[in-house]
Amino acid sequence: MTRINMTVDGVSYSDEVEPRTLLVQYLRESLGKTGTVIGCDTSNCGACTVHLDGTSVKSCNVLAVQADGHEVTTIEGLAQNGELHPVQQAFHECHALQCGYCTPGMIMQACDVLKNNPDPSEQEIREGLEGNLCRCTGYHNIVKAVQQAAGTMSSASSASSASAASPASSQAVSS
Amino acid sequence: MTITEDRPADAPTPEIGKSRTRKEDQRLITGRTRWTDNIQLPGMLHLAMVRSPFAHATISAIDTSEAKGSSGVVAVFTGEDLKDIQGVNITAWPVSAEQKSPDHLPVAVSHVAHAGEIVAVVAARTAAEARDAAELVDVDYDELPAVLDLKEAAKDEVLAHPSLGTNTSATWQLDSAGQGSGGDIEEAIATAREGGILIEREYRQQRLIPAFMEPRSTVVDPTGEQVTMWSSTQVPHVLRFCIAATTGLPESKIRVIAPDVGGGFGGKLQTTPEEFATLAVARKLSKAVKYTETRSETMVSGHHGRDQWQKLTLAAEKDGRVTGLKVELMADLGAYAALVGGGVPVLGAWMFNSIYKFASYQFNLTNYYTNKTWVDAYRGAGRPEATYAIERLMDELAAEVGVDPLEIREKNWITHDEFPFTTVAGMTYDSGNYEAATAKAKELFGYDELRAEQKQRRESNDPVQLGIGISTFTEMCGLAPSRILGALNYGAGGWESASIRMLATGTVEVITGVSPHGQGHETAWSQIVADKLGVPFENVEVLHGDTQIAPKGMDTYGSRSLVVGAEAVVRAADKVIEKAKVVAAHLLEASVDDIEFSAGTFGVKGTDKGISMPEVALATWTGHNLPDGMEPSIDADATFDPDNFSFPHGTHLCAMEVDTETGASTMRKYVCVDDIGNIINPLIVEGQVHGGLVQGIAQALWEGAEYDDQGTLVTGSFVDYTLPTSADTISFITDHTYSPSTYNSLGTKGVGEAGCIASTPAVVNAIVDAVRSFGVNDILMPCTPERVWKAIQKGRSVPGEGERDAQPHFDEGVPNQDPGAAAEGSQA
Repeated sequence: MTRINMTVDGVSYSDEVEPRTLLVQYLRESLGKTGTVIGCDTSNCGACTVHLDGTSVKSCNVLAVQADGHEVTTIEGLAQNGELHPVQQAFHECHALQCGYCTPGMIMQACDVLKNNPDPSEQEIREGLEGNLCRCTGYHNIVKAVQQAAGTMSSASSASSASAASPASSQAVSS
Repeated sequence: MTITEDRPADAPTPEIGKSRTRKEDQRLITGRTRWTDNIQLPGMLHLAMVRSPFAHATISAIDTSEAKGSSGVVAVFTGEDLKDIQGVNITAWPVSAEQKSPDHLPVAVSHVAHAGEIVAVVAARTAAEARDAAELVDVDYDELPAVLDLKEAAKDEVLAHPSLGTNTSATWQLDSAGQGSGGDIEEAIATAREGGILIEREYRQQRLIPAFMEPRSTVVDPTGEQVTMWSSTQVPHVLRFCIAATTGLPESKIRVIAPDVGGGFGGKLQTTPEEFATLAVARKLSKAVKYTETRSETMVSGHHGRDQWQKLTLAAEKDGRVTGLKVELMADLGAYAALVGGGVPVLGAWMFNSIYKFASYQFNLTNYYTNKTWVDAYRGAGRPEATYAIERLMDELAAEVGVDPLEIREKNWITHDEFPFTTVAGMTYDSGNYEAATAKAKELFGYDELRAEQKQRRESNDPVQLGIGISTFTEMCGLAPSRILGALNYGAGGWESASIRMLATGTVEVITGVSPHGQGHETAWSQIVADKLGVPFENVEVLHGDTQIAPKGMDTYGSRSLVVGAEAVVRAADKVIEKAKVVAAHLLEASVDDIEFSAGTFGVKGTDKGISMPEVALATWTGHNLPDGMEPSIDADATFDPDNFSFPHGTHLCAMEVDTETGASTMRKYVCVDDIGNIINPLIVEGQVHGGLVQGIAQALWEGAEYDDQGTLVTGSFVDYTLPTSADTISFITDHTYSPSTYNSLGTKGVGEAGCIASTPAVVNAIVDAVRSFGVNDILMPCTPERVWKAIQKGRSVPGEGERDAQPHFDEGVPNQDPGAAAEGSQA
């Protein structure tokens, strides 16, 4: 057994784990973070995607011990102060989920895509989500949701930096 | 108690037809979910299955001693240990009285008939300990020869189940002359052979894997008076019945719950060995147990879909008017007759003739066993296979006659004014408008422009050719009239049940017997009930998927939930209104005959007096002032058994670009205009269409379950079974025409399977159309670049060396020149 310390969705945990424990198993079985799910055993489906220090990872592809000393955000920690994240809101409004099983991973990955590219083209969204499988939606509405969230987030960020009125932010609005 | 004097001036806008965002979403987008694998119970044990690596073998010995000594292991059970209580996985649809059905034991006792069959179960403190110990179970197998190929199975040289003496499960025929719904097929073929057109083709429906995203999981708690089973299933009610029918547990002692279920697509329309094994172990140990499969286990053990060979003979007159269709179908059931199993190909019997006016028709089916994973319903179940065959054939006929494939369809389809129309297969289509759907689809697609571009590319010998694929499909869904199911030897009915409970504080509970797993029934049913009872959408709660809450139901599959299940809800609502009217009349001191119900208010004709539905519900609950002798309840139940199926249809148009040098194909445009009657929630409908389209497209382009010659599934994970990703697919153009069903009061038709049924032939027709000028008239699915390229090479009219340029960007004077590569190319 190995001791690990981890912050998950803003809460600090210190636990003894078997070294072979996957991060997703630790999240689900030790912490009860069952919002994050397992869809395959070959790291193809992405249903278990979480953020590790702000970057998306497939938590079935990370050992719990590798996350020692790091910060993890799961789907359960995405909404802040009762407010849905713009990506969550867009998934709801665009009907980007049906059974909802891929949804936690899909949303976490979509956040990562938008973090790296706030104004992606349809093709860039499609390529950014390639590692996350969905069997219900045919991806059509997922792509729409990410486009919508990109719009919401860019207008929010330009609104918050409106006083600065930087050329970059006005570009983001026009694009 | 207040009696409102003012009736609402403005009725609220109807909920039906609104693109309501879903009630279900809030939990799912925040991770507040109840998947079966999330459930933890005190003292719960975890199971791991030991599975046969051999496709066909007898079990000579099992040594569990080492596994039993492993850390945390509570017990290890073999089939021998469980055989008194484990029950059996039954088929509900023996298609003929003579059908041969091998016993399918949840945990094999002495014989395994496919790789992946369970031979022992380990129960341990943790899932990891159970899996570790499963590796230590030592099984001695005596390997037997395995039959893996469907056509080999038909020869009966190697038997999947030696005890049956044959691989044939059953044969089944529909003959239009025999049943009096049409002419003699052999005559039609003979006539066409003389002076008409005869199209003879053999098509392959490859084996597919449903690949729902949530792996199956079952939790059993045997510690209460009722044994409770949570399972990731589409069919909690059917499961409860099958447990009671085969394990000795009385039905009244079993509670089955389908909590959040992560997709099914027919793949969870099953009662599984894993469910029965988990139940048996829980009962043996008197402890709560959980089994959750790995994805690799889903692939070998969850049932597969399709897997047919189709021999087809289409007879037509010289001008392309169809006269007869003969279908000879071979279907691979895998190792066992599954729940619907042999009945899946039978569902295609009424669909090969599709929307076309054949005079003669014959459908002949033989089901075979092989030593592969069992086969059962997968989205469309029997109807995609039939639609694929007929839509491919219509393109072949068009090519033979030398006309546009839309023209040949128009010449032969049922016209708008001919409905209701009884087909040559004996099915009566109530409504439809193929002309309208096609006209709309052509316009959205830019059909004429794309045909012009195709012609231009052909003439210029463009290495990237354009193909246009058409699928003017119909389907029969909304399973199903119980009397028809009975006539087909199916073991259950096709009705659906609903209850409505009017709560004292004004909210409404709707109990439905269907069992959603992503379809959005909670939202759509709320819209329907809000309109019917005049209560706010938000005040309706839809309950389902638990045999203790929804005691009666036939569950969700076959695009039945809305057309059968919601109709039961409508009828329950009608009964609530009738009961409430009596209370309202009493409270308003009026005659029941003078009471009108509109927009949630009971009014008295010719007056402005009224009382709202919630007020009636409260008055009923208090019971203080009810008509003499009235039972103090306005709650109601209804069970609806449909008189007919529903017949959605549509026109799907697909443009594919095929690189004739590499065989790679790219989807350029996809347009579909579906007629599913009246629509309750357009947002949900679009989602169903999109998802169905991609599953059908995936059959055409990417997916296929492949076995090696030892009977090992080589596409046994998501690495090798290639589901489409967002980067493989495009955005679609969807629209509708509206021909309401005449068999339910909402006028709805099913939509769950439509996209998946229609899209496969549209895509393959497009690819074949792109390369038909090379002499190609068929490409096996999935149409991989390799297969497309080989088909082109084998074609009759491959251009000779130098007849056309290699690639346009190597042409002189165009951008992106690569002189180095061009030089290399010229040296080769």
